[in-house]
Amino acid sequence: MSILHIVNKSPYERNSVALAVDYMRDGDTLLLIEDAVYTVMQGGKAASIIDGQKAVVLGPDLAARGIAKEKMIDGVEVVDYAGFVDLVEASDKTQSWL
Amino acid sequence: MPIEVDGKVLETDEEGYLANINDWVPGVADVMSKEDDLELTDEHWDIINFLREYYEEYQIAPAVRVLTKAVGKKLGKDKGNSKYLYGLFPYGPGKQACRYAGLPKPTGCV
Amino acid sequence: MTTKKFMYVNRRAPYGTIYAWEALEVVLIGAAFEQDVSMAFVDDGVFQLLKGQDTSGIDMKNFSPTYSALGDYEVTKIYVEKESLEERGLTLDDLQHLVWEDEDEDWAEKDSIRLVSRAELAEVFAGQDVMFNF
Repeated sequence: MSILHIVNKSPYERNSVALAVDYMRDGDTLLLIEDAVYTVMQGGKAASIIDGQKAVVLGPDLAARGIAKEKMIDGVEVVDYAGFVDLVEASDKTQSWL
Repeated sequence: MPIEVDGKVLETDEEGYLANINDWVPGVADVMSKEDDLELTDEHWDIINFLREYYEEYQIAPAVRVLTKAVGKKLGKDKGNSKYLYGLFPYGPGKQACRYAGLPKPTGCV
Repeated sequence: MTTKKFMYVNRRAPYGTIYAWEALEVVLIGAAFEQDVSMAFVDDGVFQLLKGQDTSGIDMKNFSPTYSALGDYEVTKIYVEKESLEERGLTLDDLQHLVWEDEDEDWAEKDSIRLVSRAELAEVFAGQDVMFNF
């Protein structure tokens, strides 16, 4: 059973990203959208929360917030809305940490 | 009340401002000014075009005070005063000129 | 009407919630009434000033250009908290360069942003008449 964990809150304001990561099991994926995309900023304290996790981030939300590719940490995949749908499809279920 | 410009029907809000700024064509100002019995001169168009450029750059319609100062800087001191601007747009340069320019009502304008 | 010192404290990131845009609108309205207006960006509020925002992919208004208009509204004191920037891996170079033009000095451009520590900002807060929090 694979779960897609979706988070939309800033890691600096809420503990949602950290909690979702704690709940992740092998084969699960973390999808960061809206204000949760700030997690992937290079040099930011929150970046370490997702160390070693399979994390995916929504491209349009990154662009809206002015986070360029070169300001991102390595090892995070960027998807568009179609990729978002593919992820949902590929997972057995989704859990939203709102 | 929707208005008809160049054969197209454009939505407006209850105060007559264009619902969608991207609908704007110069004909909008012509139609709106005709309804107000105002003949648009080059001086009017200077202000309308200025407002459109301001919105393009800052994404807001400027308050009258800001408009006055900015016009003074761009078009000359003799035009950067409320007497001149109200002379052109008797219903208020903020409200009337912004409406002709297809902008929303200026922020802070009541 | 006597002039009061108004401080608008911004602690939220843009777009995820409406706070950032609402604060900006309220500031512009307040400035139109010729008060002595300052803004502070702390916590996630510093994200509001990040350069290069492009909202075309999320169907929302990109209001980051509006911060450049603050100088025209005589909002010339914009405090950015150092600790909040550092925690997020940011420096002033990552933020928009905001300026105001001094009419008394032939429209000379001057920096609006002041980088301050948390302790310094606390002193600034102490000197205000009214605080608005977003």
